[in-house]
Amino acid sequence: MINISGIEAGYVIDHIASGKWRLVYDMLQLDKVEGQVAIITHANSSKYGKKDIIKVEGLIPLNLELLGFLDHNITVAVVKDGKLVEKKHLSLPEEVEGVATCHNPRCITSEERGLKQIFVLRDREKRVYRCKYCEEKLEDFK
Amino acid sequence: MRHLLSPLDLSVEEIDGLIDVAKKIEKNPKAFRHVADGERLATLFYEPSTRTRLSFESAMLNLGGTVIGFSGASNSSASKGETVADTVRVVGCYSTIIAMRHHKEGAPMVASQFSPVPIINAGDGGHQHPTQTLTDLLTIAREKGRLDHLTIGLCGDLKFGRTVHSLITALVRYPGVKFVCVSPEELRLPDFVREDVLEKNHVPYKEVDNLEDVMPELDILYMTRVQRERFFNEEDYLRLRDRYILDGEKMKLAPQNMIVLHPLPRVNEISLEVDNDPRAMYFKQAQYGVYIRMALIMFLLGLEVPEV
Repeated sequence: MINISGIEAGYVIDHIASGKWRLVYDMLQLDKVEGQVAIITHANSSKYGKKDIIKVEGLIPLNLELLGFLDHNITVAVVKDGKLVEKKHLSLPEEVEGVATCHNPRCITSEERGLKQIFVLRDREKRVYRCKYCEEKLEDFK
Repeated sequence: MRHLLSPLDLSVEEIDGLIDVAKKIEKNPKAFRHVADGERLATLFYEPSTRTRLSFESAMLNLGGTVIGFSGASNSSASKGETVADTVRVVGCYSTIIAMRHHKEGAPMVASQFSPVPIINAGDGGHQHPTQTLTDLLTIAREKGRLDHLTIGLCGDLKFGRTVHSLITALVRYPGVKFVCVSPEELRLPDFVREDVLEKNHVPYKEVDNLEDVMPELDILYMTRVQRERFFNEEDYLRLRDRYILDGEKMKLAPQNMIVLHPLPRVNEISLEVDNDPRAMYFKQAQYGVYIRMALIMFLLGLEVPEV
């Protein structure tokens, strides 16, 4: 058992699919965080078998919508004074911007300079996002 | 300010209203001669077009307005690398409404985000073509007397056929509508229409590859052209282009009150002999297209409908 020291104030981002910590790290731009960031990969999970965990020191603003878009099974625990004070529930955002690229070669996003890639939630149950402009389905972007 | 990018930008009531105005125009076009005095339509057609562009221009001229524009990307600043956003911001200074056709899907939506005047999507790639749909709806309303409880056969290129996508999107809002989708496997409906429009709205549809088998059950047959410009591979186009040809023999299988629509231009998919069949409505459609575009321009510019 590896012992990772606790944090006084910050977040425990748990239940990240095993091997996907880097995606979360990059999306949340954790390289810019001043406090410590601890990454645990391939941790045992009773629910998923294996999982990744990221501990972040400091109560920085976290983009929970982005995290929900990535994987709504992820949990975020808020730690204050060394104690867990809140568990954040993630949901799928209605719209995401700048996190994926539309693969339709006929889409205007492939030609128009300065146009942001935006995907809109079309089916919450099936987790279907489509390009706002051409309606191409966003396939696995991970 | 309103734009028309997809048929869903208009409610069923608004579409019904446009159809009513179009019928008034058909009855008394002279009454509408000065409705749009002082207004100016810009037609930004990055893709070649005959019918749609001239239909828009005729519509505006019939209303007393004026028209500017270009046809073909090579005749515009797009050839110099100008963005859609910049083009509409500039053209919006010269006009009071813009109709745009573009080879890239979603281009009119980008235009709507930057334009100071209403944008009409006059066809974007293989995506949507809402004003053709308004034309189709007026044709159906006039020739069948209703927009509900209809079985519509859609035949040909359903994958890239933007007129088909828009027509389905508009018609699923009417009760009792069923679709029979006739195409080769490779040209079936895209998932954004099948899943998000048909299945989401629980609208009955079937996908078949034989036209003759389903002819007897149709109220409307909507033929489409297999579009060379949508294919990246010429071989695929050549293999699929003549898969369906509507001729006099096939028309014998159709009910006497079925009507045949086609957004035009046609290539080989409707034999010339069908033109003389009273059920062929595709040239009438072109006339209806002018009336409904007149009604749409008036609607988007907030112009008053004259008492007729």
